[in-house]
Parts: sequence; C-alpha cells; structure tokens
Amino acid sequence: MHAATRKEYDIIVIGGGHNGLVNAAYLARAGKKVLLLEKRHVLGGASVTEEIFPGFKFTVFSYVVSLFRPEIIRDLNLTRHGLMILPLESTLTPLPDGRYLYRGPDHFETYRNIAMFSRRDADAYEDYSREMYFMAKAVKYILGVIPPQPSSLHPKELRGLLGMAQHFLGLPAEQFNTLVRLMTMSSADFLLRWFESEPLLGTLSASGIIGTFLGPRSPGTAYVLLHHYMGEIDGAFRAWGFAKGGTGGIAEAIASAARSLGVHIRSSTQVSQVIVKDGKAAGVALADGEEIYARVVVSSLDPYHTFLKLVDPNQLPPEVVADVERYIFRGSSGKVNLALDAAPELACLSGPGAHLRGAISISPSIDYIEKAYDDAKYGDFSRRPYIDMIIPSMIDPDMAPPGKHVMSCFVQYAPYHLSQGSWDEKREAFGDAVVDTLAEYIPNLKDIILHRQVLTPLDIERTTGLSQGNIFQGELSLSQLFFLRPAAGLAQYRTPLRNYYQCGSATHPGGGITGAPGRLAALEILKDW
Amino acid sequence: MPIPSPFHPRTSALMESHEWRDWSGYLAASLYEPLHDREYYAIRSSAALIDVSPLFKYEIRGPDAERLLDRIITRDANRCAVGQVLYTPWCDDDGKVIDDGTVTRLATDRFRVTSADPNLAWFQDCAWGMQVEIQDVSAELAALALQGPNARVILQQVIQGIDLQGLKFYRAAPACLGDLPLYVSRTGYTGDLGYELWVAPEGALRLWDALIEHGEGYGITPAGMLALDLARIEAGLVMIQVDYISTRHALIEEQKSSPFEIGLGWAVDMKKKSFVGKRSLQAELARGFTWRLVGVEVDWNSLENIYAQFDLTPRLAGRASRVAAPVYQGGEQIGQMTSHAFSPLLKKYLGIASIKSQHASYGARVSVEVTVEYTRQKAQATLVALPFYNPPRKRA
Repeated sequence: MHAATRKEYDIIVIGGGHNGLVNAAYLARAGKKVLLLEKRHVLGGASVTEEIFPGFKFTVFSYVVSLFRPEIIRDLNLTRHGLMILPLESTLTPLPDGRYLYRGPDHFETYRNIAMFSRRDADAYEDYSREMYFMAKAVKYILGVIPPQPSSLHPKELRGLLGMAQHFLGLPAEQFNTLVRLMTMSSADFLLRWFESEPLLGTLSASGIIGTFLGPRSPGTAYVLLHHYMGEIDGAFRAWGFAKGGTGGIAEAIASAARSLGVHIRSSTQVSQVIVKDGKAAGVALADGEEIYARVVVSSLDPYHTFLKLVDPNQLPPEVVADVERYIFRGSSGKVNLALDAAPELACLSGPGAHLRGAISISPSIDYIEKAYDDAKYGDFSRRPYIDMIIPSMIDPDMAPPGKHVMSCFVQYAPYHLSQGSWDEKREAFGDAVVDTLAEYIPNLKDIILHRQVLTPLDIERTTGLSQGNIFQGELSLSQLFFLRPAAGLAQYRTPLRNYYQCGSATHPGGGITGAPGRLAALEILKDW
Repeated sequence: MPIPSPFHPRTSALMESHEWRDWSGYLAASLYEPLHDREYYAIRSSAALIDVSPLFKYEIRGPDAERLLDRIITRDANRCAVGQVLYTPWCDDDGKVIDDGTVTRLATDRFRVTSADPNLAWFQDCAWGMQVEIQDVSAELAALALQGPNARVILQQVIQGIDLQGLKFYRAAPACLGDLPLYVSRTGYTGDLGYELWVAPEGALRLWDALIEHGEGYGITPAGMLALDLARIEAGLVMIQVDYISTRHALIEEQKSSPFEIGLGWAVDMKKKSFVGKRSLQAELARGFTWRLVGVEVDWNSLENIYAQFDLTPRLAGRASRVAAPVYQGGEQIGQMTSHAFSPLLKKYLGIASIKSQHASYGARVSVEVTVEYTRQKAQATLVALPFYNPPRKRA
C-alpha cells in the first residue's frame, strides 16, 4: 500500500498514561501533529478512576499527588480543563493499643500530639522539617534538568556536570553532609538522628520505602524520604493532595488539554511494534495490522516494553539490551479498594473529623514495617502489611453516593515473585490480610464493606502493562535514578534508534504523578527536531 | 464591639481558629479551621456555606419604587423583571461610584437592594418627592451564601416550592423550608455556581441546620472571609474600599472612580433617559477615562528568580493581600495591584489592578513590586482580562 508510507503525523506517542499525555500535549503545543495511542479503553495508565462498583468511584491504582509540576498546570491550562488538586492536610497513625499520632495543619496541635510520645521529638520535628527543606531545595534543581552523561567528554555534558558539581559543592558543609547521609543511609538510621518515638519513626520511615522492594533498615531508602518534602519547597504548593475525581481526574484534564491543542487520541488501540526503517523509527504497527507512519515515535511505556517488546532487541546494541534486562522492576506493592456503606469508625478516634480527610498510616513502628518486609524478602506477602490509606469520598464527596464512602489502601509488601503459589491463588488471602489488619484499627470495617477490589502486582501488570506491577516503572532506588534512569546512556530520553524516544516514569526524574518525564522528554525531542 | 449575626450560635461552635473580624459591625469568621485551604476548596469543589448577614439590605416599595431605582442605579430598572437580580453600581452626580450591590425585583412595586455600605440617607435623598417607602431591613434579614458545584443538589433536598434547575443566573424566587418562608437568589461573590438565601433571623438556625444536615454527604463546608476573598479575586470581582474607594469615603478627587474605571462599564446603560451621574459619565466617555481595571498575572519564573537571588524559594501561598503593590512599565508607575493572591487552583500569582487606561492593553508586559527580604523588587507580569477563573457551571 502506497498510503502506508504517507506520514499523517509528525509524532506518535505510545501509551496514554499521564506522562504520555503530557508529552503529547507539549509536542502539540509546539505545533507538531501528534497521535497518541492507548491500549485500554480508558486513558491515564496507572492514573485512572473507574466506577468499579455502581456509584462508587475508585482511584484504582495511584491515589495521591505531591510532585505534579505546577508549570505543567500553567502551561497546559489544566485548571480550565478541570484539574483540581485538593489538599490532604494530615496524617493519622493509629496504634494497636488505642493511642494515635495525629499530625495536621495546626502547628502546635501537631507539636502537642508528638509530645504525647516524646517531648524531645516534638521539638526535634522542627529541626528535621527545616533540614528537609534545605535538602529538597538542593535536590529540586535536579528535577528540572536533563541528566548529563558523566562518561561523555562532550562540552555540553561537561558543562552540565560542572554545573551540577558547583551546585552541590556550593552547599553549606552541614547541608552537604546531610545530603550525603540522605543518599547513603537507611531511612530508619537517618530518622534516628532526630527521633526516638516509634509511631513517628515508623510513619516517617514508611515514606522511604514506597514503591521499593526495600525495608526501612535498607541503606539508600533515606533518599526517598525527600519525596515527601519536595512539594513543600515551592512554598505555594501543598506537599500532598488528592485530585478531584481521583487520579483519573488528572489524566482527563491533561487529555482534554491535549485534544484542545490538536492531539489525536485513540484509545483501545494496542501497538504491537515500532516500525524501524534504515535504523530509524518510522511509525508503528497496531495489533490489528494497521500501520501508521510518523517522523518520530515516543514510548511512554517502561524499558521492558520500550526496548525489548516494541522493537526487536537485535536492532539495539547488546549492552543496552543487557542493561535493560538487568533493570530492577520488582513490584512490591498492592492495592485494596473498598466501597463502604457508611463512614469507617476508628477505634482510636471515633466519630467524624478532620483525621478522616487525611492519610491514615498503618505504621506503628519501624519494627512493624521491617517485619512486613521480612515476609516479602522470602517471597510472601506481608501478613501484617504497611498500609497507606485515604478515604477519597471524605475529601471529594463526589467519589461516592452521599453518606457512603470509598477507601483506597496502598499496601506494601506484595512481592511480584511469590515463593509459593501464584497471585491468582493468593489474591483473596492477600485481601483478607489487609482487611484483617485494618479491622484491628477500624472495628466496624468488616460490617460496612459493600465491595472489595484487590489488586496484586500481577493485576497491576495485567491491567496497566507496568512490568512486574512496579508503580514507578522500575524501582526508585539511587542506582536507578538521574543519569542511571533507566540505564547509563539512556537517561536523555533518546534511544539507540534514531527518532525513537522514551518519556515514561522510567526516565528522569522518575515515578509518581509528576508529569516531569513527559515534559522534559518533549523538550528534548523538540531540540532534535 | 462587633455583635453576633443570627448564625452566631452555629458559627461560633465551629470556630477553631478564633479569628473573627469585624464586618459592618458584625462578628464574621475569617476562617474556622487553622488553615483556610479546605474552606476555599469547598467553594470550587463541593459547596461552601458563608454567613453574609452583615450585608446592608434595603427594601424599596411603592408606586414610584421602579422610578426611584432607575434614578439611582446605572442599569435599566425598567427592564428588571420580577424575580430578576441586577448587579449594579450607583454614582453621585459627578458619575463617581458610591457603592455596588444587587437589586432584586421582588414584585412590580417592590425591590430589595444589597450594599456593602449604609445607603439609606442617599436613597432617601434621591427619593425626594416620590411615592415610595425605603426601609433598612439589614437586621431583619439573615443571609447565607451557598456556593460551589454541589450548591444546587444540596438546596434541592432542603427547600421546597421553587424550581432550582430553572432558576437562572441572576434570577431569584421565593421558596420555603417546611413552613419557614425564605427567598433564594442565584447570586454570589465567588464566580461559581451558587445561591444566596434570605431568611428572617428567627428562622436562621433552622435553615443552617437543614443545610448542614442534608449537605454533609455533598461536602458542605462552612467557610470564612479568607476563602471568600481568594474566590472573589479569581472571579475578578471588585471590593469596595479595597479595589476602589467610595465617593463617600474619598478624601480627594483622585481617589474617586467612575464605573468605567472599575470594570463596571458593562453595567452602565447610557441609553437610559436619565440617572444620577449620567451627564458626567457621558462627558467622561467623550473625554476618555483615566483608569481601567485589569487582571495581572505575575510570571512565576520571574518570582522564582527574585527569591533565588536570596537563596530562597517563593513563599506566597496563603491569604490574599489588600496591600496595594505598584505596577510599572518601562520604569514608570502605571497603576497598582489592589488585591492580590496566589490562586491555589490556577497555581499563579494574580492580582486585580487599576492601570492608567493608555497602558491597560491585554498582553502588555509590566512589572509589579514584590518585597523579598525587606527589599523592593520588580517581578515580570502580564496584563490579562478578568475574570481569571470562570467555570461554565457558574451560569449553567
């Protein structure tokens, strides 16, 4: 067919997750003719809201946002397209003995609440927050730059490296030392420099393990703590928020903006492979045989799909293939979504209140989380897992019918590779472990569950395509960040194949709903145009 | 000492922050919770309940009621149908704005006027020789604003005797809550879908309780003045004594404004036969007016760069500011930003500004003064049209 070689589009973006959508929107904004292809009927990837049970909207996979780049909101006019991020103001840590640690927007209330466990910690909390502000400010610089290639002698790369070196060496000694500790220590050890009370240590350390197959005592987890503070340093932006309508609301807003900029979006359209001609990407072939040609192809999928499935690995240098094969996915988390007939009643703090509108963290101590990790290390899901729970309907009442509620439980650990049995056999047992754990803190929980959706890493992989169910398209460990994300030499959004780019969470600056990889990739693609 | 409003038993029970302010002699909540964020987001995401009882309210009735209103306001009162609400300024004989408010036609010969300041003397002076009765009903009417995307669905469950779906933007109608009569207008100061409810003080708590009870599942949230102030800036709505000065408070001529200068030119009907100030406004139109009300969008990168000079990151979130900031173009001051705030929704630093009309073109690059570390700096900004935020549901 002659028509087959006609280039209808400048650029084809594969995958309609939030980064693919951001990428497509920015490219269209620069005047390119863009086609975006999504295999599912719904856009968003892991950023979707679905009415799994009639009248109840589940923020199925991802559930909160902290780092979504405000410049994307401004550049793409996302507010006009319906984006609204509602504040999540508090974290409640209920304890098995009926006590609780509540940290909210009222400064001295939080101080008093921490002091109930340790007066010293209440005071040290200020120092810790201040130190983390400096750390976030130091690292924030990295989020907005294209990673340089340390092994290259190209002047541009050297300039980038020099700039980075100057930036970090310019920090006051005290801050530089803290930064080194942050990069090397475990979150537990790092936090023990300030704190002594278990509920605070447990809850803070938990943010160092999210999305990794590591425990709070594993070195390198301290760095992930920083992600909890990153949002705050802009001053204007709250650290954590809940998107109105669930995280699908974000995807819908970006999709709407992308369409208004001229992006053609086709959902329920699976790409089977990238068409390569003369060593260059030239288009895509769909699962149904249709071929679409374009000058540039961008994959927002993870490296496994981008390098090993969508193209023939034989077309790539063997060392690149080897690096991608060694890239660590290791999905470690699951998700349990519940439709509830009434408001949950907490044993530690009954009745309605602000505490139900924030995060509720099952993280009574470092030991508790480390034990949960012990189960996972040997190939089992945690019998008593770490759970980060929110009740979206308390924040956005439109998520459930009036008086009813939806509950979103992020659960760790749920290793992708089980030592015994399969996830298909163990799914409900995993769900039971989560509900049993929660019921210890929420006595009325089992009586009010109308519907339960249990998502194991295998389910996450099957539905979204995220390899091994890793929510970040690959672990956010230091060895897989910045110029090593996803691998050395692949960190600048380009690939060994000309006109073939990557823009997903597996590229710098990594996972979470930030939109940053999609945007930075678009800027690089336009540089090459 | 400010006095409690009819809703005080309920609002004071919610008051965690203990931050009250004086609004026309009444205690008004600045915010109920330690932070105003949630109250603000209720306006945009679910529904906020705001006690607006301190507004001044007047009833004007009699055979000459229409004639009097038509003489006072700059819009055409003859074309105000029963059940219609007009937002309008009114001027002195020099065409300078005295106040702005709403005029609701309750019946052929009966109007209700709301205003920010007392206006009884002015209305009575304008009524000389007319067959009309002007009554200050400020204390006889409690008022609640229910604002936000869920306002309608909540109201539908609480009140009867009214077709809320059919009640268009800037329309009003009587309704009831059981045997309690009230009056509903599709109005507000937020730029969102919303209603204002007018009720006798004796029924105030009953109305509040019913709204809270039925609204809970829809996220109804009592909100204070800080949240309202953010919303009205996003909506580009002016505030008296902040964005303009009433002629009755101005100490020098330069402080006075015509409706054209405060963004209310659209509300001046020059085809009307006459109204107070018309001749002066006609002359001003011919001559050209001095000021124009526009929006200012501060360039975020520029702000970041200014803060970065001090090794700081911008810290601008929080409350709206009513401290005017100078606006410059090419070194010359061309106006001032009179209300400004970081919009949590738009993630932009925005302001309502009065700019000399020859400089006030949309898209013009200007700079605004910001103070960082006690030093005065200039941040880049752009003049834009108001409102900043205008969701379709406002009128839907």
